Amino acid sequence: MATQEVSGQRSYTASVIKATFRKLDPREMIHNPVMFVVEIGTAVVIWLTFTDKGAANRSYDLIVAIILLLTILFANFAESFAEARGRAQADFLRRAKSSTRAKVLLPDGNTSWVDAAQLGKGAKVLVEAGDVIPGDGVVVEGVGSVDESAITGESAPVVKAADDGVTGGTVLLSDRLVIEITVNAGETFLDRMIALVEGAERQKTPNEIALSALLGVLTLIFVLVVVTLVPIARYFGPHAANITTMVALLVCLIPTTIGALLSAIGIAGMNRVSLVNVVAKSGRAVEAAGDIDTIILDKTGTITIGNRMATEFLPVPGVTLEELAEASLISSLADTTPEGRSVVELAESLLKLPQTPHYDGEAVPFSAHTRMSGIDLADGRQVRKGAVSAIRDIVQNAPDALEQNAEIVAKDGGTPLAVEVDGRALGIIRLKDIVKSGLKERFNDFRAMGIRTVMATGDNKITAAVIAQEAGVDDFIAEAKPEDKIELIKKEQNEGKLVAMTGDGTNDAPALAQADVGLAMNSGTMAAKEAGNMIDLDSNPTKLLDVVMVGKQLLITRGALTTFSISNDIAKYFAIIPAMFAAVPELSGLKALNIMGLKTPHGAILSALIFNALIIPALIPFAIRGVKYRAENADAMLARNIFNWGVLGVIIPFIAIWGIDHILGIFGMA
Amino acid sequence: MSIQTAVTWLVVIAVFALTVKPLGTYIAKVFTFQPTVLDKPLRPVENAIFHWMGLSRDSTMTAKQYGLALVLTNLAWMLGAYALLRVQGALPFNPAHLKDISPRLAFNTAASFTTNTNWQAYSGELTMSYFSQFAVLSYLQFVTPATGAAAAMAFLRMLSGRKMGNFFVDLTLVVTRLLLPLAIIVALVLVGQGVPQSLGPYLHIHTITGQTQVVPRGPMATWEAIEHLGQNGGGVTNVNSANPLENPTAFSNLVETIAMGLLPVAFFYAFGVMTGKRKLGWTLIGVAAVFYLIMLALLYFPEAAGNPVINALGLHTHANMVGKEVRFGLGGTSIFETSTMSFTTGSVVSAHDSYLPLSSLSFFLGMFLNMVFGGSGTGLLNMLMFVIITIFLMGLMVGRTPEFLGKKIEAKEVSLASIAFLIHPLLILAGTAVAVADPAGVSGILNPGPHGLSEILYAFTSAAANNGSAFAGLKAALPFYEVAIGVVMVLGRYASILVMLLVGESLAKKRTVPETSGTMHTDTVLFGGILFGAVVVLNALTFFPVMALGPIAEQYLMMAHHLF
Repeated sequence: MATQEVSGQRSYTASVIKATFRKLDPREMIHNPVMFVVEIGTAVVIWLTFTDKGAANRSYDLIVAIILLLTILFANFAESFAEARGRAQADFLRRAKSSTRAKVLLPDGNTSWVDAAQLGKGAKVLVEAGDVIPGDGVVVEGVGSVDESAITGESAPVVKAADDGVTGGTVLLSDRLVIEITVNAGETFLDRMIALVEGAERQKTPNEIALSALLGVLTLIFVLVVVTLVPIARYFGPHAANITTMVALLVCLIPTTIGALLSAIGIAGMNRVSLVNVVAKSGRAVEAAGDIDTIILDKTGTITIGNRMATEFLPVPGVTLEELAEASLISSLADTTPEGRSVVELAESLLKLPQTPHYDGEAVPFSAHTRMSGIDLADGRQVRKGAVSAIRDIVQNAPDALEQNAEIVAKDGGTPLAVEVDGRALGIIRLKDIVKSGLKERFNDFRAMGIRTVMATGDNKITAAVIAQEAGVDDFIAEAKPEDKIELIKKEQNEGKLVAMTGDGTNDAPALAQADVGLAMNSGTMAAKEAGNMIDLDSNPTKLLDVVMVGKQLLITRGALTTFSISNDIAKYFAIIPAMFAAVPELSGLKALNIMGLKTPHGAILSALIFNALIIPALIPFAIRGVKYRAENADAMLARNIFNWGVLGVIIPFIAIWGIDHILGIFGMA
Repeated sequence: MSIQTAVTWLVVIAVFALTVKPLGTYIAKVFTFQPTVLDKPLRPVENAIFHWMGLSRDSTMTAKQYGLALVLTNLAWMLGAYALLRVQGALPFNPAHLKDISPRLAFNTAASFTTNTNWQAYSGELTMSYFSQFAVLSYLQFVTPATGAAAAMAFLRMLSGRKMGNFFVDLTLVVTRLLLPLAIIVALVLVGQGVPQSLGPYLHIHTITGQTQVVPRGPMATWEAIEHLGQNGGGVTNVNSANPLENPTAFSNLVETIAMGLLPVAFFYAFGVMTGKRKLGWTLIGVAAVFYLIMLALLYFPEAAGNPVINALGLHTHANMVGKEVRFGLGGTSIFETSTMSFTTGSVVSAHDSYLPLSSLSFFLGMFLNMVFGGSGTGLLNMLMFVIITIFLMGLMVGRTPEFLGKKIEAKEVSLASIAFLIHPLLILAGTAVAVADPAGVSGILNPGPHGLSEILYAFTSAAANNGSAFAGLKAALPFYEVAIGVVMVLGRYASILVMLLVGESLAKKRTVPETSGTMHTDTVLFGGILFGAVVVLNALTFFPVMALGPIAEQYLMMAHHLF
């Protein structure tokens, strides 16, 4: 969705700026206690700007007031910016909703035009080629290809037949469908998606609540420190505590950096999920993804590329490899399944044929009864391929090697197909599941992070074990029925683990609902989509891995910026404490604490305050994109992040405040 | 550093190192009701007590019941102590014919001894009858450390997936299994060193200069034993352990120093045993030990270097010995004072007011942190509070909801733990602010400038940390301080214990999450370092301004040859 992002940035600038100022409203600000304290402080200093004694004091107050106001605006901007990115996506989705008319089928067979917004559950609508599907529903009649690009961004049309779910806002390209609407207008999938990405339904996630609570108490502590410092400082004389400076100190100490960016981090986390074309029904689900201990993945379609492929020909003695390859090729010419095509491809490359040869003959399709398929050639030859037992029954004196080869293939987890010509068995084709590339590395990453991967498959144990080993998953369940998945999820959950899984079928729905993170495929049934707490618009189950990464990154980003925010305070103390008491004779010795060598007291305080304001926009990219993240175990990750955000968080402000002080010096302000 | 100093320090540290494991394991066994060597003689006694109270050993309470039992029992003690002190003149064992104690002082003292603070706004030998000393105050010196230890044990049992237990059972067991046996040993050793144990009247001695001197005595050995074993800290006499009868020899000084630390250090190990995370126990011991050594160094080295003003006059003195016991030297004094400040005992062998400003930072550090082993069990609770906050802050950076001992740390635990953290600075800073803003408060200061501020700050810090030592130089007997400090002691004692009990219960209810390589490990040197850093940063951010205005400002003024 790269294109929308660009247009979003262009057309939303004005609304971002407007929102930045609108959020100054104290009624809105109070939801963010840290920034609310800054706002109160700003009001106090603005008041002082008009009432303070002496022009010098008033101009100092004014400068502090401006910096404080900028601090708040930076925070508002971060949030508005993150929100706008979500809104850009919502508007894109809303365009798909533009169609407003639906043809409702009446009991007498006629149709009448109804506003789509008034469609209720249970209504049957007729959709013809070129029409926009008016609401979420299920196909009850007909087959047609649907363009779902409005939602998925994927341009290839999808074929929908009876019982398939369809989504409102998608377009029927061919044929006609009768659809039963299953969701009331306003509650459709599209409506919910729009609400979600727009942030209208954004609720704080458990972890965000916990962090907010901690930030609230920290803010309270700093309010306490600064408020008590006023009488304590006045012990040294009535002028020892300057209120403007006290406000500056307070704002520098309270965790404004993380307070300003916290909601932007949350919004951006949701957006990052939607950038990989996954819709999370709640932020809670995204956060839970970061905590996942076990991932259950279907073999077919997730770990392997859906279909088995021919990888080898095993001729019986007396038959050459070329002979078997040619017979296999011929037997599969009429076979349009992916397996059949893979046989043709393998034979072609083995025989070095420039293009698929042509043979005249009559195709014999596969049937459950014969368990074989092939061609009766015009020259009278009958070529067949099929299940080993089926072929063995129709050939004379099947050589032992046929059976042996079949066993070899089966033991390796492959599927053997036997090939015969005119009652003579030629050999075995090895069909194998192909593991998607790059998965093994990903599973290794997960292992490093302590996440266990379990493969679920309907295959027998041998086949399952081979694929599991090849893909590098930690465990597998073979001959798995949908109930087995629920059992596994419950077992893991009883051990205190959080489980994620993907699914698309109606029979996956209970397991999707049971899992802590259930990623439903958009191509799947409505039941599955309802049960899961995330939907993958591309229907690519491997996405689960991306979602887990985003969830982890979300938590890391919050932790890193919180640590950074608190670590920063050390340098601010060293800037402000010596400066604020410089005028008190008894406390003049404290200037020795001015280890940064800041030139003037006011300059020192302003430098700390400016740093405190500027660090917010400087960190917006981290809040939006997330802190860089690599797969490693917790202790290594902790050590690295502690250095990057904790240790550097102490050091960087010393350098930055010193630098700002020198720049202020150039302008004669320090 | 003299050989004497080095040996004294090494002996103290070696005794802690050697006792921590057996004593910690013993504590864990007692409070998980496993057989121990003392079962045979003590079980019948305890059973009689439990029978009389209508209790069974394995009964249990909820956090609310436990907390309520704790608070009400302490309230009863406090009211009882208040009443007895008020009518002391009519009670027996009063050979010095000391009068009834005034209401405010009786409140302050009752609050002080019930909260394990032992702040004394009076001189013991001039105020308290023998009855008040041994029947009222010494009684509290047994049961109040037992209160803190009981709460910690309840917390540890919940943390390790056991039942919370019964407050009264725990209270009894701390006394019978830990405090009484150890107190008997320590008292006998002290008697051997010449500490009096008598109900006879004060001695009237004719000195060689022909004067008559009144020498107060009393049941001192038993008092000194429990004073230190329970981190109580109140002295029989005003000068506390600097009185040659309370602490006669270098050896008794060593014994009292060790007695303070035995249990607090062992509780850290008991945590490791009870939760099955011995390595984490060692990590926490390591972090606290580093703070202990920093405090010792911060106290010793500036004093050893002497007062810069005097040094500048060319009067070469080896060390700043003002207000210190020559009998113990700087080595023995510094390890005693470090211990009394880190274990929240509050007994003293020297005048804290007379230390150089820089060294006084060590006193403040111990009381601010309140978990450099701290009081028996309560120090551990404070340490675990910091552990929970640190895990939450840093644990996010591994990309998982932070976990402690397999329990997720969520909004409730973080809020409670951070409120527990907030209470301490709130009491200290608000108390100090009110005192300096109120003329009644400022009138109690004897020294001007930053030193006077330190005096007030010290008083409130000592009260909030339930330490009980005084900086001196502050007229603590003023009505304002008697009341304000009494209130701070009570809040400082119970608020954080109660909050931590709720944290424990909340954690106990959670499902245990299995550990994976994605879990942040807490039993590592890395985590120890992070915990240390987080504790330093959180406390520095809270207390740096007042430290700058008090001791730090005074230090710079002193370097500019300005004294107070």
